[in-house]
Amino acid sequence: MAHPKRKISKSRRDKRRTHYKATSATFMECSNCGSPVLMHRVCADCGYYKGKPAIEKEVAV
Amino acid sequence: MRHGKKFNHLSRTKSHRAAMLSNMASSLILSKRISTTVAKAKALRKYVEPLLTKSKTDDTHSRRVVFSYLQNKESVSELFNEVAEKIATRPGGYTRILKTGNRAGDNAEMCIIELVDYNELMQKEASEAKPKTRRSRRGGAAKKTEDASATTKATDDKQKVEAKADEVIEDAEVVEDLPAGKAEVKEAPKAETKEESTKEENASDGADTSEEEDKK
Ligand SMILES: [Zn+2]
Repeated sequence: MAHPKRKISKSRRDKRRTHYKATSATFMECSNCGSPVLMHRVCADCGYYKGKPAIEKEVAV
Repeated sequence: MRHGKKFNHLSRTKSHRAAMLSNMASSLILSKRISTTVAKAKALRKYVEPLLTKSKTDDTHSRRVVFSYLQNKESVSELFNEVAEKIATRPGGYTRILKTGNRAGDNAEMCIIELVDYNELMQKEASEAKPKTRRSRRGGAAKKTEDASATTKATDDKQKVEAKADEVIEDAEVVEDLPAGKAEVKEAPKAETKEESTKEENASDGADTSEEEDKK
């Protein structure tokens, strides 16, 4: 079986990992209440979806 | 190889899966809206929609076929007696899936699956919003550029919302003036158009009578 000839130094390992980056989720503001909402999700605060009330919430305006 | 086999096994044996889908279908028919994971909801959609179509022909055979899937007397009678009337005019697409975020615990993507004709909130809004969307599509290019420029300029969100609301109102007014021949799928716009036409007739009648009176 093939094996690495040299141990990868911490420096090379860490340099490789400089390209590992976290990306933030895409979100927008609810058209009804303005709270942040993930795309294609019903608003968790007011239950609106695409500018219409989709789910009854107790706090619904 | 599993090339092109799109059926989701949901990590269950066939019998386990069949039992689960049958229970979920019964729950959906009885309570009109259930909360579940997106994967299960999509599998349930394929399972329950043919049954809903089957319910449109109310005879002993189709009842027995549906019962073989649901295995639940209450849900079968509910389906054929109540639900079948509601969905009679809908050519398929009886269910709606709305994603509601991820579950605490296993971070599963959750959703609500519901019978479209039983969501009165959305129906009410849809009847009002339907002509509006039609119009926006027709004059889409100019409108979209306007919106985009407005959004980029107006950083204040409240202003944006107000402006949009104003636009919506304007749209609605314009749309009401249009000839209302096409949008007669649902009952609400039908009623509105009827009212309008009667009003117009009354108005025209009134005008005619006044003219006649003038002639006299
Ligand atoms: Zn909201």
